[in-house]
Amino acid sequence: MSATHPQPSGPRADVRVEDLVDAALEAGAAADDVVVVVRRDDATNLRWAANQLTTTGTTSTTSVGVVVVRDLEQGRAYGGLTRQVQDVAGVRRLVADAAAAAARAEAAEDAAPLVPGPVSAGFGEEPDEASPERLAGTARDLGELFARSQAEGREMFGFAEHTTTTTWTATSAGTRHRAVEPYGTVELNGKSHDRTRSAWAGTGSREPADVDVPALAAEVVQGLEWQASRVDVAPGRHRVVLTPSATADVLGSWLFGADARTAADGRGVFARPGGGTRLGERLTDVRLTVRDDPAHPVLGTSDVVAATSTDAFSSVFDTGLAVPGTRYLDAGVLGGLVSSRHTAALAGVPVAPWAGNLLVDLEGGAGSTADLVAGMGDGLLVTCLWYVRTVDEQTMLVTGLTRDGVYVVRGGEVVGATSNFRFNDSPAAMLGRVRGAGAPQVCLPRELGDYLPRAQAPALLVDGFHLSSVSEAS
Amino acid sequence: MSTPRDVDADFLALPLDALADAALQVARDAGAAYAAVRVQQVRETVVRVRDRAVEGTSDVTEAGLSVRVVLDGAWGFAATGSLDPGAAARTAALAVRSARVARPLVLRPVELAPVPVQQGTWVSSYEQDPFDVPADEQAGLLLGWGEQVLASGAAHAEAESWCVKEQKFYADLDGGRTVQQRVRMHPGVTAVVVADDGRVDTVRSLAPPVGRGWEHMVGPGAPLPLEVPGLAALAREKLAAPSVEPGRYDLVIAPSQLWLTIHESVAHATELDRALGYEAAYAGTSFATPDQLGSRRYGSDLMTVTGDRVVEHGLSTVGWDDEGVPAQTWDIVRDGVHVGYQLDRAMAAERGETSNGCAYADTPVSAPLQRMPNVSLAADPDGPDLDGLVAGVEDGILVTGDRSWSIDMQRFNFQFTAQTFHRIRSGRVEGMLRDVAYQASTPDFWSRLAAVGGPSTWSLEGALNCGKGQPGQAAPVSHGCPAVVVQGVSVLNTEQEGA
Repeated sequence: MSATHPQPSGPRADVRVEDLVDAALEAGAAADDVVVVVRRDDATNLRWAANQLTTTGTTSTTSVGVVVVRDLEQGRAYGGLTRQVQDVAGVRRLVADAAAAAARAEAAEDAAPLVPGPVSAGFGEEPDEASPERLAGTARDLGELFARSQAEGREMFGFAEHTTTTTWTATSAGTRHRAVEPYGTVELNGKSHDRTRSAWAGTGSREPADVDVPALAAEVVQGLEWQASRVDVAPGRHRVVLTPSATADVLGSWLFGADARTAADGRGVFARPGGGTRLGERLTDVRLTVRDDPAHPVLGTSDVVAATSTDAFSSVFDTGLAVPGTRYLDAGVLGGLVSSRHTAALAGVPVAPWAGNLLVDLEGGAGSTADLVAGMGDGLLVTCLWYVRTVDEQTMLVTGLTRDGVYVVRGGEVVGATSNFRFNDSPAAMLGRVRGAGAPQVCLPRELGDYLPRAQAPALLVDGFHLSSVSEAS
Repeated sequence: MSTPRDVDADFLALPLDALADAALQVARDAGAAYAAVRVQQVRETVVRVRDRAVEGTSDVTEAGLSVRVVLDGAWGFAATGSLDPGAAARTAALAVRSARVARPLVLRPVELAPVPVQQGTWVSSYEQDPFDVPADEQAGLLLGWGEQVLASGAAHAEAESWCVKEQKFYADLDGGRTVQQRVRMHPGVTAVVVADDGRVDTVRSLAPPVGRGWEHMVGPGAPLPLEVPGLAALAREKLAAPSVEPGRYDLVIAPSQLWLTIHESVAHATELDRALGYEAAYAGTSFATPDQLGSRRYGSDLMTVTGDRVVEHGLSTVGWDDEGVPAQTWDIVRDGVHVGYQLDRAMAAERGETSNGCAYADTPVSAPLQRMPNVSLAADPDGPDLDGLVAGVEDGILVTGDRSWSIDMQRFNFQFTAQTFHRIRSGRVEGMLRDVAYQASTPDFWSRLAAVGGPSTWSLEGALNCGKGQPGQAAPVSHGCPAVVVQGVSVLNTEQEGA
């Protein structure tokens, strides 16, 4: 029989989060330091296939994460636990269990003093509860779209979700911070002609009402119409326009490879041969910028670190640390690597905690995807990318597939569609082959959307995109 | 076979029946045709070590309750982290409201295949509960392995242990009530080596994730104590190996790699919800369409693939699925022909069949999806051992371990890399190769299956985190398979691909 654990559950309706936080800090007062992170996720979603809703869901969960720190002769140890708790008594048990784990733990390599973080006004405010009616407007738009699609011989598939994450962060060093992060995504996949044609569009927004479902549908219908003509294209290196979604997937892969710890270990494209990192080095003459920003008006995220476990990207000891926003690629120069204070010190780079969003722009980039296509001459327009995986960390070579629309462009005009392809290319190498860009727009990375829903990127004109083989998928 | 054990007392101490009664009454009063309550608790611990220090630990327990209803032919779903009868009733009311929002947008009312009422308790097979092993003891073991890797010439060592305990209570309007508990683990150790010219490479251990306890880490039969001492040498040999010449080769594929090929090109492709289009916008569809069931040639005559939820230590092994359907075994590919799909109750009803128990929800707040059972390739009872398979290959490559994987949204075009590749010439394994990837299209690949190893080559492999669905869910799944020979597969040089 296993050792028993306290009965877990979410807080009762009559229990205030602020009381849970205060109880945790009080219960941890005997420790050398204590960190408390309460996270509540309220979500509602709609999913549809073949012009009908298939599933709907409304969920609300609250977790309490506690880190108890114990000072040793050499360094600091911690015990961290995350559970749902029902009341103040549950929080006290959680802190006691974390303290017991800390008492047995070895010194943590990322140990550091906690930072005196910010104090938020309105810390004790509770968020609104999730409700299925939150997406009622989207559902109405979908109903009209389904009826029209049914009449016109098209099928619509897709997903809409709106989530509000509220995070209360408190530490024994004085941090008392509340962050509210509302965001939602809508993606639409249309098929026609016995599902031999398939097109996709997706976007994100802070509020469900901000999503223009008819505009997404128009984008999808345009793709399906372009697919009326079929043009064979051989695999090889091609000039392509990547839509904002595809751009975000490529440069999201670049960002996820840009962590200080990997570079400090001498691995990956940002390690300097012989030691150190390539910080400050011009990686490309193309004046492309990749950054994050917690204060972005649409894609905004929490501006403090709230970590209950340590990994390559973050450290529990950084909880309360400000997230300033970083220009990882600054007009072609490596400007930062995602890091905690510990990994930044290992790599000898400035501290750059990731804000959780992705912002991409090219100096001088302007206009729409259509404008970029009109000026590209001959090439391919790639709607989105799928199943992107790292093949070689050292060169950042990734493989993946095109999906739901590869269009052939002749003299700046779309003349038809071609097959899907597998690609093998390196985002790091592609930086040097960027030849133009549109204006950045909020978009949804098709591949990375589960981890990186908050993205803003332009369409990118890239030379020599390596399409390795044909995919029969249509 | 492990000694049978009970569900942990702390889970049984939850007011399971009271929660179910409160929620089901609300659903019953609303006129639901189907309603199910699932109380679920999942505890995951991860301990990560890098070089000579603990990089991080996490210990997360997620518990909650969900209610799923079919009302007027529409699904409704809601979930909460609160485990009191009042919250259960409110959650059921939310699920009913969800169904009412959905109803106007449903063309074909949901129907569920019937299932006999199920009641009982089931616990998976394991010897030592990994949650009885303190994190510092886990860290000590990992640090020791890391030290071995560093001492044998690696520049860096990484090690981790990932332990999961999943407990579920299910109750439905028909009177079904089941309680289950299962444990799974995945340890791993990686050696990082650096050449004099600055090139870096890694080799990761092959020890698979499995439905076992701490005995998978130490003790008789534990794989890592045998693997760790040789990891750094393997990595150094790989770094010094010649780069592969692209072309077509006969591949001898070990189970530690083949499981992933099966997972991507067979197991996902034979999910009926994909084949019908329910996953079209996200995970994709399948070339293996229902109109060709029973006649589609999936591969050579040597290919027999089963689905099951019963194999001991399987990551998809359960007593019942998350719609109350008992665990079972069935054929998916028989003698090279596609003969079966994975079904949940709604998919089964669409085909006029009974469910084979493939509904699963990964967290307390997730709605059950049609998810994979253990999907396994049968060994040839009279087949050769690995040396025997190699002996039959004139010009080929031995492929071991998984590394990167990618497949298109209809499960045709795939590309895989591995932990190690060894050259085979004239029936003998020679030295290593590097920069290797193999690329194929599913039907062509399996049609080239030329030899299947015997029982001595069969191994239960798998993954803890198979992704599917929106909102995204991660499911554990095992794939048992023997070593095989696949002839004339296209091999790429990854260095040239990226040049």
